[in-house]
Amino acid sequence: MTVFIIRRLIQALLVVFMMSVIVFFGVNIVGDPVYMLVSPDADQADIAAAISRLGLDRPIWEQYLLFLKGAAQGDLGNSFIFGEPALKLILHHMPATMELAFSALILAIVVGIPLGLYAGLYPDSRISKGIMAASIFGFSLPTFWVGLMLIMLFAVELRWVPATGRGDLGTFLGIQSSLFTLDGLSHIFLPALNLALLKISLAIRLTRAGVREAMGLDYVKYARAKGLSTRRIIFVHVMKNIMIPVVTVMGLEFGSLIGFSVVTETIFAWPGMGKLLIDAILQLDRPVVVAYLMIIVLFFVLINLVVDILYSILDPRVRLQDQGA
Amino acid sequence: MRKLTAATAVAFGILAIGAGAASAEKLTIGLASEPTSLDPHFHNLGPNNAMSVHIFDRLIAQDEKQRLSPGLAVSWQPIDDLTWEFKLREGVKFHDGSDFTADDVVCTMARAPEVPNSPSGYGTYLKGKEVIKIDDYTVHFKTAAPYPLMGNDISTIPVISEAGCAAATEEFNAGTAAIGTGPFKFQSYTPGESIVLTRNDDYWGDAPIWSEVEFRPITSGPSRVASLLAGDVDLISGVPTTDIATLEGNSDIQLSQGVSNRVIYLHMDQFRENSPFVQANGGGDIVNPLLDVRVRKAISMAINRDAIVDRVMEGVAMPAGQLLPEGFFGVSDNLDVVAYDPDGAKALLAEAGYPDGFELTIHGPNDRYINDAKIAEAIAQMLTRIGIKTAVETMPRSVYFGRASTGSPDGLPEFSFILVGWGAGSGEASSPLKSLIHTFDKDAGFGSSNRGRHSDPETDALIEEALSTVDDTKRQALLAQATERAIENVAIIPTHFQVNTWAAKAGLSYIARTDEYTLATGVVKD
Amino acid sequence: MSDLVADTALDAATPPRVETPFQRFRAEFFESKIATIALAIFLIIVLLAVLAPWITPQNPYDLAQVSVMDGRLPPGSEAFDGYTMWLGSDGSGRDLYSAILYGLRISLTVGLASGVIALLIGMAIGLVAAYAGGRIEAIIMRIVDLQLSFPASLVALMMVAALGKGVDKIILALVIAQWAYYARTVRATALVERSKEYVEAAQCLGISRFRIVFRHILPNCMAPLIVVGTVQTASAISLEATLSFLGVGLPQTEPSIGVLIANGFEYMLSGRYWISVFPGLALLLTVVSINLVGDHLRDVLNPRLKK
Repeated sequence: MTVFIIRRLIQALLVVFMMSVIVFFGVNIVGDPVYMLVSPDADQADIAAAISRLGLDRPIWEQYLLFLKGAAQGDLGNSFIFGEPALKLILHHMPATMELAFSALILAIVVGIPLGLYAGLYPDSRISKGIMAASIFGFSLPTFWVGLMLIMLFAVELRWVPATGRGDLGTFLGIQSSLFTLDGLSHIFLPALNLALLKISLAIRLTRAGVREAMGLDYVKYARAKGLSTRRIIFVHVMKNIMIPVVTVMGLEFGSLIGFSVVTETIFAWPGMGKLLIDAILQLDRPVVVAYLMIIVLFFVLINLVVDILYSILDPRVRLQDQGA
Repeated sequence: MRKLTAATAVAFGILAIGAGAASAEKLTIGLASEPTSLDPHFHNLGPNNAMSVHIFDRLIAQDEKQRLSPGLAVSWQPIDDLTWEFKLREGVKFHDGSDFTADDVVCTMARAPEVPNSPSGYGTYLKGKEVIKIDDYTVHFKTAAPYPLMGNDISTIPVISEAGCAAATEEFNAGTAAIGTGPFKFQSYTPGESIVLTRNDDYWGDAPIWSEVEFRPITSGPSRVASLLAGDVDLISGVPTTDIATLEGNSDIQLSQGVSNRVIYLHMDQFRENSPFVQANGGGDIVNPLLDVRVRKAISMAINRDAIVDRVMEGVAMPAGQLLPEGFFGVSDNLDVVAYDPDGAKALLAEAGYPDGFELTIHGPNDRYINDAKIAEAIAQMLTRIGIKTAVETMPRSVYFGRASTGSPDGLPEFSFILVGWGAGSGEASSPLKSLIHTFDKDAGFGSSNRGRHSDPETDALIEEALSTVDDTKRQALLAQATERAIENVAIIPTHFQVNTWAAKAGLSYIARTDEYTLATGVVKD
Repeated sequence: MSDLVADTALDAATPPRVETPFQRFRAEFFESKIATIALAIFLIIVLLAVLAPWITPQNPYDLAQVSVMDGRLPPGSEAFDGYTMWLGSDGSGRDLYSAILYGLRISLTVGLASGVIALLIGMAIGLVAAYAGGRIEAIIMRIVDLQLSFPASLVALMMVAALGKGVDKIILALVIAQWAYYARTVRATALVERSKEYVEAAQCLGISRFRIVFRHILPNCMAPLIVVGTVQTASAISLEATLSFLGVGLPQTEPSIGVLIANGFEYMLSGRYWISVFPGLALLLTVVSINLVGDHLRDVLNPRLKK
């Protein structure tokens, strides 16, 4: 086990290193950040000074080596725009994104699984067909479009919740989050719903497919023959079997929630790291873009590792090895 | 629907805690763009400067039309050709209770150009100026040559207390060093989320009517409008032109509009025989027609400025015939907007030897100016209709400005025909003349944004003379003359001046500013 | 698409019977009214897109035919050049009906091209992994895993940011964002097939590995691939719209459906509903119809769901 984890961590470092090369050079091909930074009033000498202050006059490989040197000491460079360490900026914006993605995931599970269960148990009913049709819309409508519609309906017309921004923070068990205050919850509701729509559809579909398959399997037939109540069959036997894959997939989708939060955060003016990333891309704040990706790569590699380890604990048939999934 | 809205608002009042101003004294503002720091000397950028006005005063203030008025200095005048004397206001206290004196000015002027990691500092305005303390309430600014724009330059520098001079940018962002003399005090700053300021009850000027102001960045236009409609915020800046018509018809909303100091214009390649994005009809090289003033004039005549204002800008802009709107220092009274005359344009093209036109590509940004990509498209349509077959290429400003300035292999401007804008930060005509019209001169710092490389020695001489004429009347005449000559030569083609729009909830209005700043002190109750 | 299914299904078929697998497949597919209608709608959309230059009054990419004076006209207005704009016009004066059809051409090209290229690449890599086994398989699958754990939206966003704008670049970005889905699907199916008796039998008969992979394993992977393909194509089309919204999508002047919708976003609160609603509907119809077809294909092709 320890050997396995160490090997995987070494692999992870390798991946992070490869990504750093790709991202660093990729980001450096596009545009010229100097013109995003200097004031229009700046004259030629000011511009030249800015270029050398940012180190952009050095050859790119030299810039990369400097970056590596810093990275080895935990310094991913300073943001061109904010002048602060990129890592600090990202960590500062991370909690807002995490709580948004987490809320969306919970919403997806709480709403999606029961609907999917129903649709799987009664595949021919009208309601099920409605659920499935609606889930296709969840897949197909662009997030930004739905987001603004949600704001118009719930914030502008009905005035149930605020339109944009993050609410007051509360502290619970030492964690600071807007999930612990009423104001915070009222602010997070719309963006979380917006972000969750895609995942609700996914949860519905996964659950439905799982249920439909399971209902035809032998163990369900035996259970029926034994005279177990339908309710017991569904909630004890079927659910137990389909929950593992559904929850696993949903867990892996956590990453994609973070990815999609870029759009939701833009619409809802949510101060998360997705907003930070898209602003950094649009303003060519290279150190922030690079640092963001480094962190995300590390994050995903770790999630994968944890999932693999959990799997081996849950299912003794899976042996820990580095070969394929 | 509105009635129902009010009823539900009451019913769900508990949920909507964050919405609206709970007390009449609190003001919430939705900003289109966020400051990058609260350090007033960190980044010379519109949103940063606007924010720092609340906390830090300048020696000289700029009013809503960018006219200079006494700030922390009660007077400023040249006492000889090379020295300006500033008399400081007495009895002013910083937020921490310390007195404002000449020492604060001296250390401010030393810190402003020297902030570590600053992406773009204030050195531009302090270059070649030496600050000398005469007594506690008198300072002298010395220059090597006569310098008329001292007041304009000094009006851009926020004054911090001597205690803050050694502080790092982080300490300003944390609030510990954000100590000024301004009408508001620092309360809290959460990047990307909010900036909260409270009233400075000991302010030396008129005390603000708002006891607390919260600024919230909401960069997406429709979301910003929706936040105002939902009552989350009381005022928004940068109202998208697309929404102005509907908001005008909404009795819950009050719009405030004012022309800005920003002109949108076209720059044409005037230095290359073979311009990369100009072709003969059907492809093939031709001698760059844009070198011919008649072709440039024809292009200007082919542009239907009224159509741009009316159709693209939805009426929210002013057709432009020169570099700054009337009312600014140094504009000419003799210049009219070039009339739309497609037939005259065609005739002029034929006279220049291009009866069938040629091919051209217009380049422009798509996320910098109001409706920039649509304007580029409209201009291409208009030119195509007089025979200059124009393609459009727009790109994010992050890519655009680098290529437009130094994108060609030899470090010259890459494009042939570009759409750009210029906001005159100093609020007078020397700013665009110096940067856009004057011959590109790296050593003297002239023409830094002259991306068409227009060059006319006579215009240059007029500009340079204006920049060393301290007498206001004479300088004004010189600037107007330089402008007239530049327009006569079609150095650039101005299309329109941007008009900025703010929207507030009913009962409030905003005193529109030419510098596009959104200031809490400009929000008044009706 | 159904041709593809037909070929492979026939290939895999043993001596012809009265009812070929394809006939059975076709009968089952058309049993569902919804799927049939969805397929018909999709085919009509493709047809409209292909025929766009001949059935629209305006070429929205030719600036000589577009005029700002026609901007923001409501549906049914008459354009400066005399034709009627049945769906109204957008902010730049493009006839929305024409712009939508031309936009569909681009969006479908982007969706299908990226889908097909990603499928080919993913398929090749997946087969190599499944057949090579051992260390090579381990390395490939690690990369696939890693790629899959990145959200496609983020990968595409980064790629476009690094590559710049343009149809070719968007396609490349979408391919890079999506190939791994196909690779995983192919490998998973191929692993199942590999252990089946007929492969062992073929191996015993001395048939080359290459032939086994291409003649026997690959045809059996087609069903899941087609299902993944439909879903991925649909998601590529809406991903392109999202990228355009974020300001890193296709150029403004030759709008895809995604760009039209992103432009329409500005108009959502302006009361000029048509500028955002009609392109939105076009995207919705396209993506929903592809998804419905894909959904039903999965049900039909999944033997475990047979009644």
